[in-house]
Amino acid sequence: MSASLTLEKPDKQRPSEKPKGGSVRSYLSQNMQQYGMMAALVLIVIFFQIRSSGLMLNPDNVAALVQQNAYVLVLAIGMVMVIIAGHIDLSVGSVVAFIGGLTAKMIMMWHVPWPVAVIAAIAVGAAVGCWQGFWIAYVGIPAFIVTLGGMLLFRGFALLVVDRTIGGLPNSFNNITIGSLPNALGFLGQLDGLTVLIGVIAIVGMVLTQLRSRRALTKSHLQVDPIAAFIGKNVVAAAVIGFITYLLAQSAGGTPIVLVIVGVLVILYTFITQNTIFGRHIYAMGGNLASAKLSGVKTKRVNFMIFVNIGMLAGVAAVITTARAGAAVAAAGTNYELDAIAAAFIGGTAVTGGIGTVFGAIIGALIMGALNMGLSITNVDPAWQMAIKGLVLIVAVALDILNKRRANANQ
Amino acid sequence: MVSQPSPILEMRGITKIFPGVKALEDVTMTVTRGEVHAICGENGAGKSTLMKVLSGVYPHGTYTGEIIYEGQPCRFKSIRDSEERGIVIIHQELALSPYLSIAENIFLGNERAKRGVINWAETNAQAAALLARVGLDERPDTRIIDIGVGKQQLVEIAKALSKQVKLLILDEPTAALNDEDSAHLLDLIRHLKGQGITSIIISHKLNEIAAIADTTTIIRDGRSIETLEMHGAEPVTEDRIIRGMVGRDLAHRFPDHTPRIGDEVLRIEDWTVHHPLDRARVVVDHANLTVHAGEIVGVAGLMGAGRTELAMSVFGHSYGSDISGQLLLRGKPVHIRTVDSAIAHGIAYATEDRKRYGLNLIEDIKRNTSAAKLQKVSRFGTVNAAAEITLAERYRREMKTKAESVDVPAGKLSGGNQQKVVLSKWLFADPDVLILDEPTRGIDVGAKYEIYEIINTLADAGKAVIVISSELPELLGICDRIYAMSQGRITGEVARGQATQEGLMRYMTMEKSGASR
Repeated sequence: MSASLTLEKPDKQRPSEKPKGGSVRSYLSQNMQQYGMMAALVLIVIFFQIRSSGLMLNPDNVAALVQQNAYVLVLAIGMVMVIIAGHIDLSVGSVVAFIGGLTAKMIMMWHVPWPVAVIAAIAVGAAVGCWQGFWIAYVGIPAFIVTLGGMLLFRGFALLVVDRTIGGLPNSFNNITIGSLPNALGFLGQLDGLTVLIGVIAIVGMVLTQLRSRRALTKSHLQVDPIAAFIGKNVVAAAVIGFITYLLAQSAGGTPIVLVIVGVLVILYTFITQNTIFGRHIYAMGGNLASAKLSGVKTKRVNFMIFVNIGMLAGVAAVITTARAGAAVAAAGTNYELDAIAAAFIGGTAVTGGIGTVFGAIIGALIMGALNMGLSITNVDPAWQMAIKGLVLIVAVALDILNKRRANANQ
Repeated sequence: MVSQPSPILEMRGITKIFPGVKALEDVTMTVTRGEVHAICGENGAGKSTLMKVLSGVYPHGTYTGEIIYEGQPCRFKSIRDSEERGIVIIHQELALSPYLSIAENIFLGNERAKRGVINWAETNAQAAALLARVGLDERPDTRIIDIGVGKQQLVEIAKALSKQVKLLILDEPTAALNDEDSAHLLDLIRHLKGQGITSIIISHKLNEIAAIADTTTIIRDGRSIETLEMHGAEPVTEDRIIRGMVGRDLAHRFPDHTPRIGDEVLRIEDWTVHHPLDRARVVVDHANLTVHAGEIVGVAGLMGAGRTELAMSVFGHSYGSDISGQLLLRGKPVHIRTVDSAIAHGIAYATEDRKRYGLNLIEDIKRNTSAAKLQKVSRFGTVNAAAEITLAERYRREMKTKAESVDVPAGKLSGGNQQKVVLSKWLFADPDVLILDEPTRGIDVGAKYEIYEIINTLADAGKAVIVISSELPELLGICDRIYAMSQGRITGEVARGQATQEGLMRYMTMEKSGASR
């Protein structure tokens, strides 16, 4: 606004009494939910660490945890955006099987170089997303129906493409998931040098980003997190990254390649959802569709793009899954959609849309992954593993709802 | 009429308070057995609230005062309690289940059944008898969705009859009906009166009230003002009712303002809009309207006059179908078919229903403020968080929005402060034309004054402002020029000096065709 309102003299009142931050307690209560799930993850890990007599945090196990769960982490990123916008996607498991089969076929039968096949897989994912996005955004069929149809459709396609298991994929391809970065920098004592370097970069990068956004806010005299909370948050996060780095640096291979892929995607999509107009429009639509339309959001286009996006991520997940197995099978990806949906909900995404974060969904996926691994290494019956995971989902969402209700009652 | 009229219903000293708003204050009315009793008043005067108190929607204990029905005091806990006593309310939005048959709807919640098994023969036979009573020539197994609104209204009345209704309350029964259906409905009410059924009818259509009512109670600002005997020695004219509906003084409820009116900014010519679903229905009928820079133009009209529909259809066709007519911005014809193009052309529309259409209640103030024009604080599609928060904070201060910071979710603010966030959002979008739909609805008096001040400041900054309001004093208090709408048409245009509430109300109740008997 150029011709500014002059209802109040601009300097009469600073926007915030304490530009250096509010109280630590109010900060904690506001961010309770976010930290609650992180605390739950830590508790689960500690619990199994004790129960398994130290096996849980064995360096090789930590690497395996990432490699086993990379597919959920990738799918959960796409799924959380779909759910925030108020939709659901039931088809990703079948899409993973279909594209995985196609990728294997391209490499083994049509002799396509594997990097080209990987790019093609993501392109096919985008095409699948265009197909579903068209029905959902432009025809107006509920996503539940379209993707339920897609679940059957693409499972059928997967069976057609993979009439029998396609194995013998090249190691260079399989290393996408099961390989690690080379030991390019030698060792620091027992630690892989490259892994240590990546850890250091991650910590420094995180702290610098946080400092920058804090400085931008203080420069405009705006309220920021309390300084104690700010330091505390960064110290804890740095310690966690440092600890994981320390463990991975001791593992047989160092940093898994797939961890780099997932890490880049998490940073990229956190940026997209939090800092771009596209991301804001997703939240606006999920929070109040009618108001978003009347604010000029091109809702059809945004819906379409959301499904194109999860299609592409399903393509990535297909590559990761196929590379991990070293083969394509028609039954691949079964229940992946449910894993991704559960991860999003455990991570605090609202069923009604409008609320959720990529980071939350990642925490949710890691909770499920840690449970899986912990229950396996403590030799819990697979039937019980499944039942326990189901209960965890319900309890996590129930706690979230109760917590919100309490917060509202306190208003 | 009955030779010795005895009251079927007396409501005494009814007061109903919502948080922060006194909706009804000491309302008293008496309804004689066997009469048609009309209730008149402006939008928001408290008519519907009073009927909800009577029918038990607001249970006993949430209001004060006494209800005496058939000689006994009533303490209804729910609608069911009042229905058991023969009081049935038919709401403006019909409450029928569209995919069930007429017979099923009539007996919904009151099924003809034995041990939980429906007796279809009895259901359909009784429904047919009831349909004959209301003069509806349809088979009982016809689905509701397959009959028109007029017939649906008759089904509602048949349903009321099935509950042995003694006191029938109709809330704006003819608002959605065409002339023929309206006339039929009024005939039916007269016919039911002959069978001893008492009716209370809420209506904005004064000619209908003059035609059918025996007595009229006028409600204004939550108080019962007067009761008019329609068939007394002195005939009651529509003007007489209007005077009762609007009569009040306007002392210092509005800030002083001297307009500085500039060039024409927006001109709407021959604007016609059809209903989005029922494409044959004309909602806005060849409307013409202009607004200049620095001018505050009012649009008056009763519910269903087409004010919101006019505004939303201009705002990027966000309402309606088969829209025709011309839009001119600063004299140049423009074609605006989407909301984002309307915003890009400098048009803003702040909705009358801020919770449903205006705000994302789960998001904070800053994100609501920036929602309509994120590009303003973005580069290459990336939002500059610091710029966003700084601007949002500035609007919060200028509007005096009461909140700890711009990180507070919009859902936690009071109505007045939410409205300020809506205004911030549209100011953030830098519009030239600002359409404000019921900007002070549901807001307390103090906050209203602040909103008026903001509107004046906007006009002084050279914006063209259109204010849609149901409150005539508000329009008279802040507008430089006022249009009146009735049934989709602009029926009058009055300059500030010439406008009176009575004059406007006459335009607002102007019928398209002659009065319906």
